[in-house]
Amino acid sequence: MDAKTGEGGIVITKLDDLLNWARLTSLFPMGFGLACCAIEMMGAYAAGYDLDRFGIIPRASPRQSDVMIVAGTVTFKMADRVRRLYEQMPEPRYVISMGSCSNCGGPYWEHGYHVVKGVDRIIPVDVYVPGCPPRPEALIGGFMQLQEIIRQETIRAPRAVQQLMAKRTAAQGQSVANAEQQVS
Amino acid sequence: MSFEELKDFVVSQFGAEVLVEAKEDALQSYLVVQTERLAEVCLTLHDHELTYFDFLSCLTGIDNGPEAGTMEVAYNLYSIPYDHHLMLKVQVPRNNTPEQSIPHVPTVSHIWRTADWHEREAFDMVGIYFTDHSDMRRILCAADWEGHPLRKDYELQDYYHGIKVPFDLHNELNGFKGEPHLIIKKENEQFPDMREKPE
Repeated sequence: MDAKTGEGGIVITKLDDLLNWARLTSLFPMGFGLACCAIEMMGAYAAGYDLDRFGIIPRASPRQSDVMIVAGTVTFKMADRVRRLYEQMPEPRYVISMGSCSNCGGPYWEHGYHVVKGVDRIIPVDVYVPGCPPRPEALIGGFMQLQEIIRQETIRAPRAVQQLMAKRTAAQGQSVANAEQQVS
Repeated sequence: MSFEELKDFVVSQFGAEVLVEAKEDALQSYLVVQTERLAEVCLTLHDHELTYFDFLSCLTGIDNGPEAGTMEVAYNLYSIPYDHHLMLKVQVPRNNTPEQSIPHVPTVSHIWRTADWHEREAFDMVGIYFTDHSDMRRILCAADWEGHPLRKDYELQDYYHGIKVPFDLHNELNGFKGEPHLIIKKENEQFPDMREKPE
């Protein structure tokens, strides 16, 4: 450490930067896949693309995960399970929607009675990775994008609280607008 | 045994009235049998030493549409020792009456175990009830799904467990969960961002 910094073992940084750095370099995704995209995801985890070098290691439980990769076709039968798994994840949590099916329904968008037309109808999505299926490089690109999102965060305004507040103000604004409509 | 011989065999065993139709000039020749005698015919075809249809290759439910007003079930039989094939069909009315909302066909799952899941699939997809089946419930769709998706007059439900089903205007009116929602048309306690389907 001395040799590295030459400053007697002291590193000065902002707490925000330290927390964000810690968070974005150890993104643990939940180990689950839904369809063929999951094969590409596994390819990205494996030796060839080695997501481990970004600190991305799949975890077996939603309780230990930071990010959920929705890799594949989300059917209505699976939708309840996906939602429950998301709800079991602790904050801060992120969602990567991988592939056309989970982005918007993909090839099932019009006649697929069984497919949810985009996983964002169930849970909020941070990063969309296009492709059918996306190559591992595209998934890595998605993770880089997510790291950029996390780098912008600050503990003075945690994202979960921000989203909650935004929703509340939106609801209030709406109720005010409704009242005005009723008056007029 | 050829198709002619199989047809004569069925007639000799059950009489001519069991055959509703025998079509030979189709892409694949088939016999249409009386629905209520289907299980009996199948059992004999399975057990008899001359036919010995020990393998049910496929069972398919077909909806001919509201104009035709009928549904069919096709049975593709195969005999492994004799290497001969036979296609049987039954034809039933679509039955959209309140007393009997879906057509009923006798099961063959006690003859070929394969038919167990195939009949459940036909029930799930086109809505044909197989009487005396030991476990008649949906196999692919969610247990509380409404309707049978491969029927010609099938219409999507608007919402399933609060999730909008049709595509419509993606991200605009679908209950998109990503950002705060400014254009909420209708208040819903359980799903605050659920919106009405556009006209």
